[in-house]
Amino acid sequence: MGQTVVQKILAKACGLDKVAVGEIVEPKVDLAMSHENGALVINQFKEIYEGTELPVKVWDPSKIAIIFDHRVPAESSKTATNQMKIRNFVKEQGITKFHDIRGDRMGICHQILPENGYVRPGYVVCGTDSHTTSHGALGAFAFGIGATEMASVWTLGTALNVPVPPTIKVIVTGKLNQFVEAKDIILYLIGKISSEGANNKVIEFHGDTIKNMNISGRLTLCNMAVEAGATSGIVPADEETQKYLKFVAGVQDDIDLVTPDEDAEYDSIVEIDANTLSPQIACPHTVDNVKPIEEVSGITVNQIVIGSCTNGRLEDLKTAADILKGNKVAEHTRMLIFPASGKIYQEAMKLGYFNTLMEAGAVVANSGCGPCLGIHQGALGDGEVALSTTNRNFKGRMGNPKSEVYLCSPAVAAASAIMGFITDPRKIQLND
Amino acid sequence: MSKVIYKLGDDISTDIIYPGRFMATVLPTETPQFAFVDEKELNKMLVNNEFEDGSVILANKNFGCGSSREQAVSTLKGYNISIIAKNFARIFLQNSVNLGLNTIQCPDIEANLGDDLEIKENEVINKTTGKSYKIIPLHSARQAIVDAGGLIPYTRKKLLERNK
Ligand code: SF4
Repeated sequence: MGQTVVQKILAKACGLDKVAVGEIVEPKVDLAMSHENGALVINQFKEIYEGTELPVKVWDPSKIAIIFDHRVPAESSKTATNQMKIRNFVKEQGITKFHDIRGDRMGICHQILPENGYVRPGYVVCGTDSHTTSHGALGAFAFGIGATEMASVWTLGTALNVPVPPTIKVIVTGKLNQFVEAKDIILYLIGKISSEGANNKVIEFHGDTIKNMNISGRLTLCNMAVEAGATSGIVPADEETQKYLKFVAGVQDDIDLVTPDEDAEYDSIVEIDANTLSPQIACPHTVDNVKPIEEVSGITVNQIVIGSCTNGRLEDLKTAADILKGNKVAEHTRMLIFPASGKIYQEAMKLGYFNTLMEAGAVVANSGCGPCLGIHQGALGDGEVALSTTNRNFKGRMGNPKSEVYLCSPAVAAASAIMGFITDPRKIQLND
Repeated sequence: MSKVIYKLGDDISTDIIYPGRFMATVLPTETPQFAFVDEKELNKMLVNNEFEDGSVILANKNFGCGSSREQAVSTLKGYNISIIAKNFARIFLQNSVNLGLNTIQCPDIEANLGDDLEIKENEVINKTTGKSYKIIPLHSARQAIVDAGGLIPYTRKKLLERNK
């Protein structure tokens, strides 16, 4: 019986020929990522060493990445102090993949990792963030863990007690309609299999729609795999992956493509016809409460957010700028833009997207997680409604349990900004 | 005996258990005050210690979905309670194992507020209704961490073995 991509990756990381689904393994970790919650990891890491009389040293400082993104620039003295602690630790341990609050290097962790070539196909990546699943877009096995588990990885260099997950094969075929995007595919899938439909499983993406999709789209897909409960999402590496790593991320060395065996055994197969898909909306308060736009058009929106690790990339900003060109954000609506990284910010600026967006009335903020997790900026008032390209609409997610969050693609967000209510982008007259 | 002191529905996310706006608070000793802070009645009951040790919070499916934030576990670990749910989201369950929060997966459980439960190794008995429900045991790999007293001592032991 053949192996899935994740089985192959895990087997290699354990020095084995094969691993079976359900087997417990202890894979070597190629990249261990944290953000501001590194402060807690440091605390737990030091506790592991207590009473051992061993030097408190991470296993390999070159394999640890720390990125400030959740609350940048710091929203409180408490966060600033945590960030300070992490800076000191980074220096003391010689950690090089560190991205502080600076325009040339900052960004959301799930953008920084691919953009800098930190992730390669076949890697085992773990991160103290549930959306670490994103990095499966580059053919890695990438999963989220808690802070104490990360402390254990920093100590030993292996992830402990990982059960080899079964894999769901998702095959997407056909051509997407104009203004239907990767976000709509993943929202549709989550609606179909539910918020726990892939719990403890991996989602492997296949089909010509995926083959023809760029890395930005694949990152969106894998990013939200966790919203169906998945341990990881993965797109088997191909030429597109190689191209991205070489020309965008500037990776010089050879790239190994790890692909599944033809006769790999899957837990189940889900097929999606891209031809017939409309823009999809996840309605409050669960990500699997998904409806086609036809059913929710017209709902009044107070705040539109374009950004996050799901949809804050250059292509997303371009889509928004194309739609908003020569138009205005509706009077009763606020539109907030959070580019996913400083690099994207600079490029969007050069390409004139920000002029267009600001001209229309949008606010362009610094790159980072922004309002996505409800702690830093862009809070909602009681009873207000947000329409956002982020990935979670849980009650209270954007900081106010008395507000509502709808999730959508950048095209829907931009079209809705003009009208001030949820709007199908296919119904908007474009200006050129 | 363990009394059901609160009942929750499906998909209780980490944003409900420990809202993002308190994430700058990280130390396990400081997080319990914010447990279910927007679920006012429950938060009050916990913070004011208006329950007996060993009481149960009962939830449906996919408890702990969402973020990997460990505060969602340490905040509950601050109280002597157990969580019984039909099932748990993966990262939340792993974090509970790592920190020693008592999480019990019991897919068929039926109980009302105030019912008395007896939690045994393989089953939960609802003493009020007389019915019993099977527990899905932790994976042996996870049980090993619980038995070691949590992931910190478990890792420490491995570290010492390596450096012998
Ligand atoms: S953008 Fe939102 S989902 Fe993504 S890492 Fe930041 S807080 Fe998490």
